[in-house]
Amino acid sequence: MSPKTLYDKIWDAHVAHEADDGTCLLYIDRHLVHEVTSPQAFEGLRMAGRKVRAPEKTIAVPDHNVPTTPDRVNGIENPESRIQVEALDKNAKDFGIHYYPVNDVRQGIVHIVGPEQGWTLPGMTVVCGDSHTATHGAFGALAHGIGTSEVEHVLATQTLIQKKSKNMKVEITGKLQPGVTAKDITLAVIGETGTAGGTGYVIEYCGEAIRNLSMEGRMTVCNMAIEGGARAGLIAPDETTYEYVKGRPHAPKGAQWEAAMDWWKTLYTDEDAHFDKVITLRGEDIAPVVTWGTSPEDVLPITATVPRPEDFEGGKVDAARRSIEYMGLEAGQKLSDVEIDTVFIGSCTNGRIEDLRAAAEILKGKKIKDGLRAMVVPGSGLVRAQAEEEGLADIFKEAGFEWRLAGCSMCLAMNPDQLQPGERCAATSNRNFEGRQGRGGRTHLLSPAMAAAAAITGRLTDVRELM
Amino acid sequence: MEKFDKVHGVAAPMPLINIDTDMIIPKVHLKTIKRSGLGVVLFDEMRYHDDGQENEEFILNKPAYREAEILVAGDNFGCGSSREHAPWAIKDFGIKVVISTSFADIFFNNCFKNGILPIVVEEEHHAILMEDAHKGENARMTVHLEDQQITTSDGVVIEFDVDPHRKHCLLNGLDDIGLTMEKDHHIDKFEDHASQARPWV
Repeated sequence: MSPKTLYDKIWDAHVAHEADDGTCLLYIDRHLVHEVTSPQAFEGLRMAGRKVRAPEKTIAVPDHNVPTTPDRVNGIENPESRIQVEALDKNAKDFGIHYYPVNDVRQGIVHIVGPEQGWTLPGMTVVCGDSHTATHGAFGALAHGIGTSEVEHVLATQTLIQKKSKNMKVEITGKLQPGVTAKDITLAVIGETGTAGGTGYVIEYCGEAIRNLSMEGRMTVCNMAIEGGARAGLIAPDETTYEYVKGRPHAPKGAQWEAAMDWWKTLYTDEDAHFDKVITLRGEDIAPVVTWGTSPEDVLPITATVPRPEDFEGGKVDAARRSIEYMGLEAGQKLSDVEIDTVFIGSCTNGRIEDLRAAAEILKGKKIKDGLRAMVVPGSGLVRAQAEEEGLADIFKEAGFEWRLAGCSMCLAMNPDQLQPGERCAATSNRNFEGRQGRGGRTHLLSPAMAAAAAITGRLTDVRELM
Repeated sequence: MEKFDKVHGVAAPMPLINIDTDMIIPKVHLKTIKRSGLGVVLFDEMRYHDDGQENEEFILNKPAYREAEILVAGDNFGCGSSREHAPWAIKDFGIKVVISTSFADIFFNNCFKNGILPIVVEEEHHAILMEDAHKGENARMTVHLEDQQITTSDGVVIEFDVDPHRKHCLLNGLDDIGLTMEKDHHIDKFEDHASQARPWV
């Protein structure tokens, strides 16, 4: 048999039908659902008189719209948001799918809840009507975002119509320097490939620096595979993965666990398997980074200066000019001189316990800059509870951060957590697009530790100066 | 779904690269539980000033392009969020074809599910089409799906590729779910097999 990549192996194990032209019906093991991209899909089922084919493999949780202030226990004030969340309540009940309602302690961002509850397991196919589904690739699961029509397709048939993508290997060799995190890795990779560099590919991340990451760090890396244009990101499962999964509410137990382990241990890329593209970065060369523009590829080490549009080529010249103007920056300005108004720590990229620990480590015993707005939005109710138990919540609160309830919050600003026009935010989220965090808002993406450093000084800051 | 055959109409140029789905439709308009009526907020933040007045500089607000049915866009169009509200808004506005040098994967898939034809062309062809689109309402392009050809207002013919299955579905207005349900027995068989091989799933 010819050697296979990890992607090849998972793909082959899930093809329910292949047509002559290579179009496949790919079987889906887990379908995650949230309130924004699903109402039209459920409506479509109702209109056609269809059922959910595998409700036991379908898990729903509201996250995008939900307020993160304590008063949300009294209901959602915004009528449109409330209607969307109520629609999910009803759809979950009517169609009999697993559900974590807004005031359940297990509620949170769908990509944090899935792994936390043991729904996401190695070797699975996982989809969700959300581009950051790539997160689950950290477990060696083939996971990607889909549109609402495809959500309806999966609800009705438990399959997706797919053609196979190409294989890309991204290897991060060696060890990371102090102050450098998974977020810096994933941003540095996008800086290298560009936001369209991964289009048509599934990426497998490997190398010593990836192996040394915790599951939380691996999820951060895979989460942003989509920002590089890739359909999915994958990391082969290993002891770190099994350790994380074991004992989770929906993870296999007893003899089933043993059987699962037997299969999971075959989930790696064979020696000499073919990759269509290979990118290698040295872990030692990666610095703490920030974005300066309005695309995740606009990334530079914190020690750099804002580039000049004329340093780019083709369509990027105009795009860079537009970005620099939108961001209110000047070419040649030191990134570490850029003053910020707001700090946001959270999101499916960096809203897990390890992210909160990393930020708290920098903030311990310190105060945020006067006049700054800073908030921590834990990725799930359980992350929040754990952070309170570990004393992290107190560190944040004493430093001057708001300590919020779980949700997507200011990552996409669908709920009341939004930037004002011109307001500048250091954010641990995943997109710095124009208007992403609120109309006219300016976003600099960075790691949780870097966000904490920026909160203390009130400007983009090299976290290594505070370590 | 409506059948897709031929489009003969005005093409609007949007040369900016990396136009993301947040630009195509900002999140404030994702709170709907319907698919329809989003055309009015297509490209909302570029199309309207903060006070809600139209931005006259924006391409689709210019008299020549208000009825555009084709969009010629810069590289990596539709990147970012998976929101299908983006193609819903494009379709509702009246645009049936988007041409670029590359598209983000999820957006590209979403187009076909909504009767929109996304066309990938080489850079040199893209330049010809972009130039043609700049000519305004008197310059109408024709996109012929059956023949896989784009004809510019000057009669230049550019051929394009399209996946045969997707072409078939667009031409015939076929609904994917119905087609897949015809293969139900394959899915049943797969589930039987998988529940033996991986009972923990």
